[in-house]
Amino acid sequence: MSLLQIENLSLTIHGADILKRVSLSIASGQIVAVTGESGSGKSMTALAVMQLLPNGADAAGAIQLEGKDLLNVPEAEMCALRGASIGMVFQEPMTALNPVKTIGDQVMETILIHKAMPRAQAQERAQEVLTRVGLPPDRFPLSRYPHELSGGQRQRVVIAMAIALRPKLLIADEPTTALDVTTQAQILELLKGLVTEYGMGLLMITHDLAVVADIADRIVVMRYGEVVESGATVDLMRNMQHPYTRMLFAASGHQVTLPASPAPSPLLEVRHVVRDYRLPRKRLFDTPGHHRAVNDVTFTLNRGERLGLVGESGCGKSTLTRSILGIDDVQAGEIRLDGEPVFSGHKPNPAVRRKMQVVFQDPYGSFNPRHRVFRLITEPFHLLEKPPTGSERQDRIAEMLTAVGLSPDDADKYIHEFSGGQRQRIAIARALMIRPDLILFDEAVSALDVSVRAQILDLLAELCATYDLTYLFISHDLSVVRTITDRVMVMQAGKIVEQGETEQVFSYPQHPYTRTLIEAAPILPDIGVTIENTLN
Amino acid sequence: MLRYALKRLMSLLISLAVASVVIFAVIEVAPGDPASFMLGVNAQEDTLAALRAELGLDVSKVQRYFNWVGGMLVGDFGTSYTYRTPVSQMIADRLWVSLPLALYALTLSTLIAFPAGIYAAARRGKPGDLTVMGATQLGIAVPNFWFAMMLVLIFAINLRWFNAGGFAGWENGLWAGVHSLTLPAIALALPQAAILARVMRSSLLDVLGEDFMRTARAKGLSRRQALWRHGVRNALIPVLTIIGLQFSFLLAGSIIIEQVFYLPGLGRLVFQAISARDLIVVESVVMLLVFAVITVNFLVDLAYAAVDPRLRSRT
Repeated sequence: MSLLQIENLSLTIHGADILKRVSLSIASGQIVAVTGESGSGKSMTALAVMQLLPNGADAAGAIQLEGKDLLNVPEAEMCALRGASIGMVFQEPMTALNPVKTIGDQVMETILIHKAMPRAQAQERAQEVLTRVGLPPDRFPLSRYPHELSGGQRQRVVIAMAIALRPKLLIADEPTTALDVTTQAQILELLKGLVTEYGMGLLMITHDLAVVADIADRIVVMRYGEVVESGATVDLMRNMQHPYTRMLFAASGHQVTLPASPAPSPLLEVRHVVRDYRLPRKRLFDTPGHHRAVNDVTFTLNRGERLGLVGESGCGKSTLTRSILGIDDVQAGEIRLDGEPVFSGHKPNPAVRRKMQVVFQDPYGSFNPRHRVFRLITEPFHLLEKPPTGSERQDRIAEMLTAVGLSPDDADKYIHEFSGGQRQRIAIARALMIRPDLILFDEAVSALDVSVRAQILDLLAELCATYDLTYLFISHDLSVVRTITDRVMVMQAGKIVEQGETEQVFSYPQHPYTRTLIEAAPILPDIGVTIENTLN
Repeated sequence: MLRYALKRLMSLLISLAVASVVIFAVIEVAPGDPASFMLGVNAQEDTLAALRAELGLDVSKVQRYFNWVGGMLVGDFGTSYTYRTPVSQMIADRLWVSLPLALYALTLSTLIAFPAGIYAAARRGKPGDLTVMGATQLGIAVPNFWFAMMLVLIFAINLRWFNAGGFAGWENGLWAGVHSLTLPAIALALPQAAILARVMRSSLLDVLGEDFMRTARAKGLSRRQALWRHGVRNALIPVLTIIGLQFSFLLAGSIIIEQVFYLPGLGRLVFQAISARDLIVVESVVMLLVFAVITVNFLVDLAYAAVDPRLRSRT
């Protein structure tokens, strides 16, 4: 008998159909991955199993946990099941823990609300569990607060809370999406180990097909609240039936062909740049310490070249970006664009500033919701001494919207009328508006679904051909950087540890850190073959 | 934690020093010579000079500032120009009414607001929430002197449970004092409670939407357990801020209520001192209020750190 059996689960929230006749099952010791793009209903499936659905939700069908239908279990009994029989791990480790309680208290809470035992005994259990997830009490005492831990460590605490009572079923909703690749690899390893050791069933929700391929015994592909295809991982990947499944896998490893870059002539020159952050004083009259976020970074970006910058969070990527954009001054070294310094006398140089534009990660947060599109995308005009007016301005707006695959009529709409992918197109239109010499893409496709990401990458390749773009593409996603750049730099702890031709660096990494990064990144192994080969 | 407290204490002392200079300077530039005001327009020049010397007005401004601050440090606030009695005595008498009244009102408002806010947040959008929110709307809209008059009408005139006004004095026992402050405290507390309940509710609703509340539910906590164990403490930070502001207001801002209930409080003292151009009293009371506000803010800062461990480690 399977551990969890979901049969014909349908779900409406305030009358809107969210799930349509979803069926899947998990056996003990099995890892089932539910995958799909945003809005496919994969998280709602998980929350339905937990019976933690939002207000207004109405579920029909059956969710059987060892023969007990969770849809008909009263709330009090459900509370007894949650945490004890079903554990859950969430996506955002930074916010999943209560900031005002110690990690020991939070792990002990799971134990104490389900089992009557003295505090000392619960504490011992909590210590055991935290040790099991890789947080031994001699280095991570129970009295630590969440803010004293890194993201990966916090995720381990969340896992410890979920498995403290060895539940039969563990649900993990995008458990590694917010983590760096090396941390992701460790957390996935931990989850796999726990499944084997405790014989739990693991229901894993993830949009990342490479993770799915890496960890799952079975795959369930969802779209628009429906299961489109499911099967054992190896079988499904060898023999994809549904076109959507094929599209998803193809888009995950989407490749673009960039036009050849012209003969090297330096555009952006970064020379021995150092960026320090002041730390708070340790004592009242101490000289404050410094954190060196960018440490002696030197590189050249040639005109027409597409340069990648990869590294884990906190490595200094964003700090470097801010300095290049002239948002923050540097403590040493120099940044020149087209021969002119980005900072002239500790002030941003407007002549340089109007030659650069940036596209950020979050397509939702980077627009003023009260402005119409024409106003949003013409914002960079304020950098110009003589911005175009009248029909010239209208023509430029129409041209740019067309160039990014939208219609000139979209100029009068508000930003909430667009999807995430369309918003990112608008962000690109805004960046292109003043025909900058250099564009910085700061994790510009990281928040997008794989199919949308593939379209945006295609768009970038097209724009490279039309407008001879030069860009610096900052990302933690190695597969994207591999296809969209000519050269790549690897950054670790504020230093560029390796740079070179993209293909060269990825195929023959020289620095140990680069090798660690590439090895940690999960790949779609069509039985041992890397992403791009799966496609061909 | 200790370092955090010391840092806050430093900033408290600096604020007090700056405030004393500002208050002294502002009141000094106010036109009018207290001596000629007290003696009238026809006073002799030598009488005026004698009075100025007696009041300590004949030395340089810097000297007077230090005399004033130095005096306050040892509890000597000078002598009232109009009543010719020590200001410290006048303030102490009034403070024995105003401070208990403020604390009483604040306690009442917290006791009303916390349960009401938590109750409403737990039942968001349901009749219970709407009732509480409607009541708080009313509490904010209706002026507190009207509440005061209604309380007098019902509880003093009709039911005769309380006196309509006046202060019995602490020398007649704790109960007599508390009894005579009850109606004013309620009148002061109701509007404050209405504001505080709304802050508590919205702050708690913000917290209820946080990821860690879902984590708590996933552990097996019931809705109510999650709310009490993980919600309330996280919701306290904005609430503490408001409590701090309300205390400062209650200490000196209760002048109307003091008038309605014939209470000899600080508010009335300031009012009378301003009318009589008794600058030394005004100066001293204002300084005292500044001291109270800054001290309360200091305590609120300490309370923040007690509630939120992240503040303790941040220096």
